[in-house]
Amino acid sequence: MIERRYENENKVYVKVAVVFYPNGRLEPIAFWWENAQRYRIDRVLDVCRAASLKAGGTGMRYTCMVRGHQTYLFFEEDRWFMERR
Amino acid sequence: MKQRVILHSDMNNFYASVECAHRPEMRGKPVAVGGDEELRHGIVLAKNYIAKATGIRTGEALWQARQKCPGLLVLPPNYPLYLKYAKFARQIYADYTSQIEPFGLDEAWLDVSGEDGIRVANEIRSRFKRELGVTASVGVSYNKIFAKLGSDIKKPDATTLISQSNFKSVAWPLPVEELLYVGRATKTKLHRIGITTIGDLAATPAPLLHSLFGKVGDVLFTFANGLDDSPVMQMDEESLIKSVGNSTTTPRDLTCNEDVKITLFVLCESVCARMREHGFLGRTVAISIRDNALFRFERQCKLNRPSHISREIADAAMRLFSENYSWPRPVRSIGVRCTDLIPSSMPLQLSVFTNEQQRQKQEALDKAVDEVRRRFGHFSIQRACMLADKPLGGINPKGDHIIHPVGFFKDGMVK
Repeated sequence: MIERRYENENKVYVKVAVVFYPNGRLEPIAFWWENAQRYRIDRVLDVCRAASLKAGGTGMRYTCMVRGHQTYLFFEEDRWFMERR
Repeated sequence: MKQRVILHSDMNNFYASVECAHRPEMRGKPVAVGGDEELRHGIVLAKNYIAKATGIRTGEALWQARQKCPGLLVLPPNYPLYLKYAKFARQIYADYTSQIEPFGLDEAWLDVSGEDGIRVANEIRSRFKRELGVTASVGVSYNKIFAKLGSDIKKPDATTLISQSNFKSVAWPLPVEELLYVGRATKTKLHRIGITTIGDLAATPAPLLHSLFGKVGDVLFTFANGLDDSPVMQMDEESLIKSVGNSTTTPRDLTCNEDVKITLFVLCESVCARMREHGFLGRTVAISIRDNALFRFERQCKLNRPSHISREIADAAMRLFSENYSWPRPVRSIGVRCTDLIPSSMPLQLSVFTNEQQRQKQEALDKAVDEVRRRFGHFSIQRACMLADKPLGGINPKGDHIIHPVGFFKDGMVK
């Protein structure tokens, strides 16, 4: 049986550039928003598992600093998503 | 012995909560997770609190539920997602103890002796909310039975303590049917002799309960008095498989032996494929039958030779059926279970009275079918009898039914 996946307008799956380190750690360094614009991630402040109340679902949540703003990037098994503001 | 600290965690409205956690647009609306009505599995499997408030009950037909709650959103079950959440929950439990005994998908006992039970319970609840977006009720006690009772007292998202000093005021006033193992029949029997609360049951002399219920009577006495000392199993102990079974509610009522034969073959193939997969042979075959008036019974028999050959198990199941059912009513659902399992690597006494060569051939054939199905899909190869009735033969229990009910006494009631 295959898991059904749910989508909604507040859940925005994005393209993400990730660096995998030899010790297994991974770090997102940039993402592309819907308008295809690239945003560099200046710093990852925190990583923990968290549910997204706005977009639904759960994943590893990366709290990122992007252009002076704090934003969440969720790694949901094999895809990255962000919450629409 | 030092007093144990046992938690029972029960994820509230599990299926419905997971759906709502994944689909924010469903929040605030009455939601039920229900089976497929076309396949006659159309019952309420779970509902959220908004749906519950309209009086909908788990297990009732979806059309009844819709009558009670006209705007009800009925979602089909997404079992792989629920399994994933059960795994997430277990990962959280594992941060506190290795003694985790799952009870179904959404419940588990944890032995956290030496810790402050209430603190651990509260922490688990807040992590569930933050990390998974679902809530749980946790019972904290010194035995498994009261811990489970505690998790039922306050919902959702609450911790309830039943300690040795308060159990008489918290547990004893509760209706007797709240106790694990007091089902409808036991409740009726207990009510008949004036036992309506857990306290009444606790005060009833054990010999009287024994004379009325046999072994179950002893167990009930122990449960009601908080004397249950069964351990919380280690996670890996629990995973020992005690039986392999499958059941199905068929797409239409079964009306003759031929119908039953097709269904039994489908089920036995699935059961045997799973036994082969896990490396087991079964020594006992049990069937369960429910007719269209929902009357249910179970029969079992020993096999002459331990087996995981589909044909042998199916023949035994069919024999059990025809010896025990004279078709008073059509059959609605049917199940097959193999128990008394032994590892298939165990050396076996061969018999001069059976054709061993033939058995080996059958086994090789079954394994070849497993391989064909693994590579090309379940329906790529089927027995001819299954083509006689496509809806009946077209069930794939191995792929479709992944969640099996569990009992408290997994080893039987030998204590």
